[in-house]
Amino acid sequence: MGGWLFDPAHWSGPTGIPVRLLEHLGYTLMTLLIAAVIAIPLGAFVGHTGKGGFVVVGLSNALRALPTTAVLILVVLWAGLGDFPVYVALVLLAIPPIMAGAYAGIRAVDPVTVDAARGVGMRESGVLLKVEIPNALPLIYGGFRGAALQVVATATIAAYTGAGGLGRLVFDGLALQEFGQMLAGAVLVALLAVLVDLGFAGLQRLTVSPGLRPVGTGGKT
Amino acid sequence: MIEFRAVTKRFEDGTIAVDELDLTVEAGTITVFVGPSGCGKTTSLRMVNRMIDPTSGTILVDGKDVLSVDPPTLRRGIGYVIQQAGLFPHRTVLDNVATVPLLSGWDRRKARARAAELLEIVGLDPAFGKRYPAQLSGGQQQRVGVARALAADPPVLLMDEPFSAVDPVVREGLQDELLRLQAELDKTIVFVTHDIDEALKLGERVAVFQTGGHLAQYAKPAELLSAPANDFVASFVGRDRGYRTLTFLHADVPVHPVTTAKLGQRVTVTDWTLVVDDQDRPRGWLSGVDGEIEVSERDLIAGGSLYDGSTLRGALDAALSSPSALGVMVDDNGAVVGVVKADDVIKALAKARAAGEVPK
Repeated sequence: MGGWLFDPAHWSGPTGIPVRLLEHLGYTLMTLLIAAVIAIPLGAFVGHTGKGGFVVVGLSNALRALPTTAVLILVVLWAGLGDFPVYVALVLLAIPPIMAGAYAGIRAVDPVTVDAARGVGMRESGVLLKVEIPNALPLIYGGFRGAALQVVATATIAAYTGAGGLGRLVFDGLALQEFGQMLAGAVLVALLAVLVDLGFAGLQRLTVSPGLRPVGTGGKT
Repeated sequence: MIEFRAVTKRFEDGTIAVDELDLTVEAGTITVFVGPSGCGKTTSLRMVNRMIDPTSGTILVDGKDVLSVDPPTLRRGIGYVIQQAGLFPHRTVLDNVATVPLLSGWDRRKARARAAELLEIVGLDPAFGKRYPAQLSGGQQQRVGVARALAADPPVLLMDEPFSAVDPVVREGLQDELLRLQAELDKTIVFVTHDIDEALKLGERVAVFQTGGHLAQYAKPAELLSAPANDFVASFVGRDRGYRTLTFLHADVPVHPVTTAKLGQRVTVTDWTLVVDDQDRPRGWLSGVDGEIEVSERDLIAGGSLYDGSTLRGALDAALSSPSALGVMVDDNGAVVGVVKADDVIKALAKARAAGEVPK
């Protein structure tokens, strides 16, 4: 069964594994970027003002209840085939965990710290950008990495509407009764998920202040 | 100088936190607001830097109505220290201290240099600058909090229960440090606490707040103890107020000689003997030993508090806490000067009272 994956013929050309991997990675990163641009400001703003928390929770739950495949098909029927429906479906999938992470992250910042930020003379924008967000980063990353895993796994459905990505291996394999190809698709998706998560873990380490790591491990002394 | 003129704060639910407060905080003094929870002391403090705005009335800082200044600008000119320090966990100690200078537009290098200087002023090794707040003890964090508040050299410092979250020993150290700093810096400090001892120790003037936001009495500490304005103040300053009054008396107490012995020396103990080390610093007491012995740490009975020659309270406490009933008096180097007796303290008090030195 594993023969398909290691056959050199499948590792080159316009429909080869590297191309599919890059397509899949492209869907994932673009989706996360769009979702983060929408969800982080929204979650952070609601967390900062403390108003509209029910909107965040309600919206998140409603979005989570949407079946991604159904969204995909509906958008295809409305807007036609291509990458656009894929992005709509995946962005809707990624928004709830990212928004929840941003909201919870800001809410979890110690009120004493926020009081001190105002007390030393920061404006509201400074309080949010210089104090709340940097301190909320661990939870923001938590939501973001959760979303990343879901998106990598779910981006396979792009192939369902004829678009690219590792889903092609799964769907083509199914159509051709070529189970080795299907298995290769599944294994590669899982592998990509691990790599993407490792990448973001590295990014998190670089961007989160050492002062926020658990006591005893953080910072240079 | 800070002036409260008919300041009232009523919250949305109708509770009156501060009721028609009239009070003037003199420039260059430490003024303490003290009272039980819900008395409006913290609300009053927070109205000075507009963390809360009054419902009615006027607050002037150096003659300027605080409501005429936009809050962030106002706050950058007023130092603010809060309970548990409120340091920014994601920033190094140095960057925490540099916060206000940076907000005020100083360049980074100048702000950091100033921050390093402040760490030394508050008694922290500049090496701490690279650490993060979570790596410091509570007392160290609070020192950093004070340094941060002082960074832009504001004339006014607001301190909201700054030392109440640290243990009593550290708290006492921080209090002494604040008094030392104030002697150098001469700021106008408003200090909020619920601890009457802290208020009496730090305050040049003390404002006692009563539940419901009333100012019950505004006076010097000695006057608060000797002439409480009403029953509330009397009960708040506590049953020990006669004893506490001694804190403010510096009368002379006769110092008696005491038999001493050095560690390792061979002595015959007939009466209470004070054992001292090579520098004459007290180590403990010896009593009731048969025959000649060689003095060792093992035989010592722990001593009481030490009297440094400052207040009658220290003298009396030294005498009362000593196993020999002799209070050990020490000089600035900690070396034994002699002993004081409780009887003498009581006599000194009576003499001070007769001479009119005890405020009525």
